[in-house]
Amino acid sequence: MTTILSPNKSLSVNPLKMSQPLGAALAFLGLKGMMPLFHGAQGCTAFAKVVLVRHFRESIPLSTTAMTEVSTILGGEDHVEQAILTIVDKYKPQVIGLLTTGLTETRGDDMGGILQVIRERNPKLNNLPIIFVSTPDYKGSLQDGYTAAIESIVSTDYGSFTPDQPLMASVGMQPQVTILCSSSLSPGDVEELKAIVEGFGLTPIMIPDLSRSLDGHLEDNPHTVTTGGTTLTQLQQLNRSCFTLAVGESMRKAAQILEQRFGTKYEVFSRLAGLDGVDAFLWRLSQIITSRCDHHFPIIPNIPAYLQRQRRQLQDTILDTHFYFGGKKVVLALEPDLLHQTAWLLNSMGAKIQGAVTTTKSPLLEDLPIETVIIGDLEDLEDLAVGCDLVITNSHGGPIAKRLHAPLYRMGYPVFDQLGNGQRCLVGYRGTMQFLFDVGNILLEEEVKHSPCSSTYVNS
Amino acid sequence: MKLTKGKINELLTQPGCEHNHKKEGEGKNKSCTQQAQPGSAQGGCAFDGASIALVPITDAAHLVHGSIACSGNTWGSRGSLSSGPNTYKMGFTTDLSENDVIFGGEKKLYQAIGQLITRYHPAAVFVYSTCVTALIGDDLDAVCKAASNKFETPIVPVHAPGFVGSKNLGNRLGGEALLDYVVGTREPEYTTPYDINLIGEYNIAGEMWGVIPLLEKAGFRVLSKITGDARYNEVCYAHRAKLNVMICSKALINMATAMKERYDIPFIEESFYGVADMNRCLRNIAAFFGDAALQERVENLIEEQTLKLDIALAPYRQRLEGKRMVLYTGGVKSWSIVSAAQDLGIEVVATSTKKSTEEDKARIKQLLGQDGIMLEKGSPEELLRVIEKTKADLLVAGGRNQYTALKARIPFLDVNQERHHPYAGYVGMVEMARELDEAVHSPIWRQVRQAAPWEIWQQEHESLLHLEAE
Repeated sequence: MTTILSPNKSLSVNPLKMSQPLGAALAFLGLKGMMPLFHGAQGCTAFAKVVLVRHFRESIPLSTTAMTEVSTILGGEDHVEQAILTIVDKYKPQVIGLLTTGLTETRGDDMGGILQVIRERNPKLNNLPIIFVSTPDYKGSLQDGYTAAIESIVSTDYGSFTPDQPLMASVGMQPQVTILCSSSLSPGDVEELKAIVEGFGLTPIMIPDLSRSLDGHLEDNPHTVTTGGTTLTQLQQLNRSCFTLAVGESMRKAAQILEQRFGTKYEVFSRLAGLDGVDAFLWRLSQIITSRCDHHFPIIPNIPAYLQRQRRQLQDTILDTHFYFGGKKVVLALEPDLLHQTAWLLNSMGAKIQGAVTTTKSPLLEDLPIETVIIGDLEDLEDLAVGCDLVITNSHGGPIAKRLHAPLYRMGYPVFDQLGNGQRCLVGYRGTMQFLFDVGNILLEEEVKHSPCSSTYVNS
Repeated sequence: MKLTKGKINELLTQPGCEHNHKKEGEGKNKSCTQQAQPGSAQGGCAFDGASIALVPITDAAHLVHGSIACSGNTWGSRGSLSSGPNTYKMGFTTDLSENDVIFGGEKKLYQAIGQLITRYHPAAVFVYSTCVTALIGDDLDAVCKAASNKFETPIVPVHAPGFVGSKNLGNRLGGEALLDYVVGTREPEYTTPYDINLIGEYNIAGEMWGVIPLLEKAGFRVLSKITGDARYNEVCYAHRAKLNVMICSKALINMATAMKERYDIPFIEESFYGVADMNRCLRNIAAFFGDAALQERVENLIEEQTLKLDIALAPYRQRLEGKRMVLYTGGVKSWSIVSAAQDLGIEVVATSTKKSTEEDKARIKQLLGQDGIMLEKGSPEELLRVIEKTKADLLVAGGRNQYTALKARIPFLDVNQERHHPYAGYVGMVEMARELDEAVHSPIWRQVRQAAPWEIWQQEHESLLHLEAE
């Protein structure tokens, strides 16, 4: 069992952690027609926007209640109302995600009451879902804010689904499953996940579906809210899912909420990279299909041929790359879900985890292939990393890796000095191969660089 | 410094700032005192502004006293470059927890300052209050004073919690912190008759490095840079300069006016963008000193540089002649870039005047001529409408509008503080010309606007398909 250390430091140096509101906004951006609204000073929104824009290289819809000194003292009701009405008027969103910040949480605005009064005063908002989540900056991390937003998304009542037109043929014919996607999944990961599930003949509802909103694509017309993501229609049909697959331990509570509301059974997959993780996931998918058949006539689990082929490719990749991973000392600073997945994957390749830093509490932290994990910052990482062969963290790790003379592999948020973060896929058999090639190449290059004969070879 | 309503009003109504000259003598001029609108506000907050103004002091530590968002989401992201120390690039925060919010964060702050100084030995520590710590009433001044005595390091409290106002006000609050705690606290080793300070130039993308050699060649000495690529010490002795040169912004005008009052240092406002402006800047500084030899040296320098520049720019001028540009940027840049673009033969068809003063607007009018459009407000939709109407070839704006342009498949150039290439001075002019050329003439524009073969086929056979359907 891994010991969790949370040093009582007064000073955080080179923070790894980012704020809850930023995480919640990210989750909200996976819904279609969405405008996230920060209840706080305008800087809270501006900073979150800059982070997301730099990471995804996309325009990011975010708005603010623009709290001032006076409204902070007197209460923010008017600002929330004015902001919602302005957004509805200007951007015509299908859904608004309202979240609090450190400022308004410290003040203690009664958000439930405020929203009720706003709704009473403005009947025109009757059909507009406003998903609310409480996300004080002084608690938790990006992953916590993201998780809280997902819990709000699955708790909100979107009214029952009344189709204007007959149901599409696919709905009802194919079994539908809900996939809860944790903050460790990039848009490219979500896309891959969806393709895998569809490959089994299942209809997935992804919550949230970043692969339709932050994947980077051109639209014919300019827009000011998200143009893709989980649709309201899908949210109204959550009760039709026959199973919930929660990807990431942080999605457990959201899965439980769905079970309470609709009686949907669930399973949590704490990792979706590495042979074992992907195997377990595919096995469950095949079971969902078989369990719908007559039990007296069991059918052979049918794993799509392309995935069986990918599995053999991955095994070959593991063989090819393991020379470069074996015995390598790696330090990681990542949010819990991503840390767990990545640390075990490296461990399964023969690498040694020399040090691990994370941002927030999680049951996963007790189960890491290392003796201790620190809830801390990048200063802690730097202290742990002396003599390591590889650093894995966000782009802020650049200067640290340089000082340590170790290569950096970028993961998590923010990654601002690398292209293609929207499309990047590191899950499934395919994504695992990508990870092994990327990291393997870095380690291979280091070996060549530091091999004693390389300089004479070049000179001769 | 106590952050009172009076102080904020004073900063918002700086007499030297054109924003505050009432329009036709009636009512208040809105620009500075304007409140952010819920639901449509976009910009940064006062804390953001104060950081922009102060973080470029490279050998100081910048400690954010607040919850994680204010530091965790922002540290290390500024484009201001250093020729030496990198302490300013590190993220320091007290990372307040719920307990600190309930019981107060003063003790934690004091300990944090101690830990910071013991491990990192910065030249000074700037401590920033934020919304949460201002709200719970932590006494920043008292903690900084006590810690300063104990750890024998200058510690400067910066009172700019986000909710007090805009980025612009934050810039000035940063300036106030320098006036109250830094300027005038030390003496330079020596002075010269031609000592100047640069105020409001943050060395974004290393821009300052294209200009300082010119100033030195002309015979001026830059005593203090406030604050691009500055060391703490040089800001301390800024009060010994003979002239303050405010660059491209009235953001720190409170520093210029206060230093005039306190130390009798006059100030002028100049821009480093574009040939005409760069020339004017050198001439104005020389004229201030009134030294004939100096003025002659400046004239020679200008002649030499313009000659070189004409040769370097010739190919770009040819390729950019007659291109139509929409400019959307704030304040002084709205006209200084207009003049830079016109130098290259680009026709500026529209520009923003949102943050411009009356004086700026007059200059823009003069530069744009009859048909030029002045955008008072600039929503993305409005920008796209104007681009379409004017048949513009490119948009030049800040990073925030980058995707407005790119998603609409319109060439774009970033001229704000997140950019990575220097455009100031004569060297910067060539860089800007090169990038404008690349933006406009990139081979990508055809591809991103091109329909797929099947889409074209479908359009051509639309009628045929209709017939078949019937």
